[in-house]
Amino acid sequence: MKYELVMGLETHVELSTESKIFCSCGGHSAANEPNDCVCPACSGMPGMLPVMNKRVVELAVTAGLMLNCDINRYTTFDKKNYYYPDLPCAYQITQINHPICTNGLVTVKTSQGARDIRIKQIHMEEDAGKLVHSGNSSYVDFNRTSVPLIEIVTQPDFRSAEEVVTYLNKLKAMFRSGGISECEEGAMRCDVNISVRPEGSEEFGVRTEIKNMSSFEAIEKAIQYESQRHMDALEFDTEELVQETRRYDDASGKTFAMRNKETEADYRYFPDANLMPIVIDDEWLERIKADKPVAVDEKAEEYMAAGISQKEIDVLLSDGKISKLLDDTVALGCDRKDSATWILTDCAGVLSKAGKTFADGVVTAEKLSAIIKMVADGTINRNAGKKVLIAVVEQGAEPVAYCKEQGLDRKVDASAIEGVIDGVLAANPKAVEDFKAGKVKAMGALFGACMKELKGAGDPAVIKQLLEQKLAQ
Amino acid sequence: MNQFAVMMNEKGNIAVDDTLLIKDVPATAGSRILEGFTPLFSAEAVERLQQKGYTVAGKTHVGEFGLDLVGEFSYYAPQSGALQGAAASAVAAGDVKAALGVDMNGAPRRAAALAGVDFLKPTYGTVSRYGVISCAASGEQVGVYGKDAKNVAELMAVIAGHDPKDGTSLKNETYDYTLADVQGKKVALVTDLLQKADEATRAKVLAFADELKAAGVEVVEIDCDLFALANTAWQILMCAETCNNVSRYDGVKYGHRAADYKNIDELYVNTRTEGFNFLTKAVILYGSDVLSKHRYKDCYDKSLRVRRVVSEAIDRLFGQYDALLTPAAFAASFDAYEVKDAFGKVFAQSECTAVANLIGIPALACHGVQLLGKAFDDALLLSLAAAVEKKGE
Ligand SMILES: [Zn+2]
Repeated sequence: MKYELVMGLETHVELSTESKIFCSCGGHSAANEPNDCVCPACSGMPGMLPVMNKRVVELAVTAGLMLNCDINRYTTFDKKNYYYPDLPCAYQITQINHPICTNGLVTVKTSQGARDIRIKQIHMEEDAGKLVHSGNSSYVDFNRTSVPLIEIVTQPDFRSAEEVVTYLNKLKAMFRSGGISECEEGAMRCDVNISVRPEGSEEFGVRTEIKNMSSFEAIEKAIQYESQRHMDALEFDTEELVQETRRYDDASGKTFAMRNKETEADYRYFPDANLMPIVIDDEWLERIKADKPVAVDEKAEEYMAAGISQKEIDVLLSDGKISKLLDDTVALGCDRKDSATWILTDCAGVLSKAGKTFADGVVTAEKLSAIIKMVADGTINRNAGKKVLIAVVEQGAEPVAYCKEQGLDRKVDASAIEGVIDGVLAANPKAVEDFKAGKVKAMGALFGACMKELKGAGDPAVIKQLLEQKLAQ
Repeated sequence: MNQFAVMMNEKGNIAVDDTLLIKDVPATAGSRILEGFTPLFSAEAVERLQQKGYTVAGKTHVGEFGLDLVGEFSYYAPQSGALQGAAASAVAAGDVKAALGVDMNGAPRRAAALAGVDFLKPTYGTVSRYGVISCAASGEQVGVYGKDAKNVAELMAVIAGHDPKDGTSLKNETYDYTLADVQGKKVALVTDLLQKADEATRAKVLAFADELKAAGVEVVEIDCDLFALANTAWQILMCAETCNNVSRYDGVKYGHRAADYKNIDELYVNTRTEGFNFLTKAVILYGSDVLSKHRYKDCYDKSLRVRRVVSEAIDRLFGQYDALLTPAAFAASFDAYEVKDAFGKVFAQSECTAVANLIGIPALACHGVQLLGKAFDDALLLSLAAAVEKKGE
């Protein structure tokens, strides 16, 4: 029998804010020591009250706009109760009754075609800390407590692991370009709800949830393992499926049921009386909309129209800094397709050879556009352009000045070229002799020697013409 | 009874209940669970008073988390004989000019009534809750004990006003506590509560009503059945919020930790078993129950709806009357009793006080009685009390 896979996703994304969600602690990712980045509020001391970080609201709304959600103008916080040492107040502040965004939609394109994924809701919440185990003891580190998260909950609209991974890549690209999250290792965590049903059936199968995965590769493998387990159970009665929470073990490539205690917990959600409802008025919403970067989809269309390949678009949009460099370079008057090639082929290669990345900011739009323009108007040739780029990356060179210094400028006057040709001809009497005797190949050797002498400066067509004239004399 | 949990400065002119934090001074809220805890900052109300030159004589004992009648169940100062509140007694004895307390379920108002001093539970949101060892965030408020209304007004003018560190703090920077003439004001005496009170209490309320009349205030008797309903709703919300807020006291971070445990579950259970008294445990169990999946809708959620209904009904009353006059408690004095009986006793007595916590209106205990006003009418309540004081002089 053929089976259909049905999945929904809950994705936690750590927001790129300067401070935590309810206190002014900041920079937890740079904290060196455990509990470097804590205050009485985020370590659960009595007397402290949560104060809402408005930036979190703005980033959550931006995410909602990017995912075509309704933005709820009235949004509230609730408390989720459970005891764990990494949760200093023994409750997590989250949103249950009035989440900030609902009812969104995102289109995912895979080899199987496009599919619309409905977003049920996006809500804001705080992260927990972590436990460090050492010998017989455990220690708590609150650096991560109260770091702002958004959780994006989809409807059960995914039908393949490929769609899930494509969706996650798309979120990652959007959130990076939108300044919502850097989506670094571990900053994006996923729970996958999964069930399997006979193809054509309208009813859902028994649903299991695989919790807390952060690597996309692991997510893909976990889905493959878990869906196979469901299909085997349906097809061969290997086991009875039960609704439960499972975890994926990367080493064995299998999923395992978690203790029932955790899945049957009653979190006793209730409204947080310390946080007043947030009301998002028209003015605030308009300001957030104005700051929102162009949606990734619109941008992809723009790029596609310029003749940039889908593969290149994926790379460009995977990192906000790369697409920004492209946009800025184009804004300075360069061709979009040409600039994309420079960035994806030349810059990427030169940077990686030098052990650098786009994030280092050594290749600026100003410098790159100067190089591209010099090549385009024939001031230097493409190879010389690449040399300039290397100099920019390795020495921080200024392209125009560097070309002059190094004599890469092709627009050297004819008399200088003639002088070089004369010198080459004088130094290679044998080749001159050969040419005159009818060996056309000798011309190539002489041309090469001239080019070498000129270090790439001068227009090759002009050099060739002058060389032919001299030899004909 | 020694009223002070921590003595700080013999010459100080104010006392601070141990439910409020003072930087570097041990704070326990009367509970063993916080034994040894020393805060890193001071409550906003304390800070503001200190900036105006007030000095703190010391921290006064409170009953564990302020959950009891008047402060009888402190781990550090158990009471015997006739009950009394520490801060109220210190003010009554003239040891200090005034004191700060946290009114979460009426304890400071009852204590003030017993001692014959004033306590104002201000309008919700007017005084910062920053630095309060919080239990029931939606209804607790920092208030002032004073020898008379003028005294209370003086401190209120200092501590009230917006604090960005408290998300529930209202935006007004200052409030006016000037005492004004009350001639022609209309006060409603709630007869339902009066009938439930003991004779001594009834006498106090009626005497107060006579004094008001003598000061030119019109006093009328009304029936009002909202108090019992408001009390039940508040006890449900208060238990739920308290259960949640004291969850953080788990022996992991600070305060008391059981000596004996083999794993994290035992650390939690043993610490909390030793750290909380019977009343707090009862509140935790009730609170946990009303928030559980199968009870939430019928208990917690319904109480939130009752809060709205009561608020609207009381608002309508204040359309007709400037203030309500009630007993502060049904009894004029309390004898020591067993902690296992505390939950029921507090529940019963809170019928007089709970409505103010539930809907955030100001409540003033004075002359052994209670005055309730509409939101932001704190100064009017103080003016009524002052008018009676003047007559008494
Ligand atoms: Zn903090």
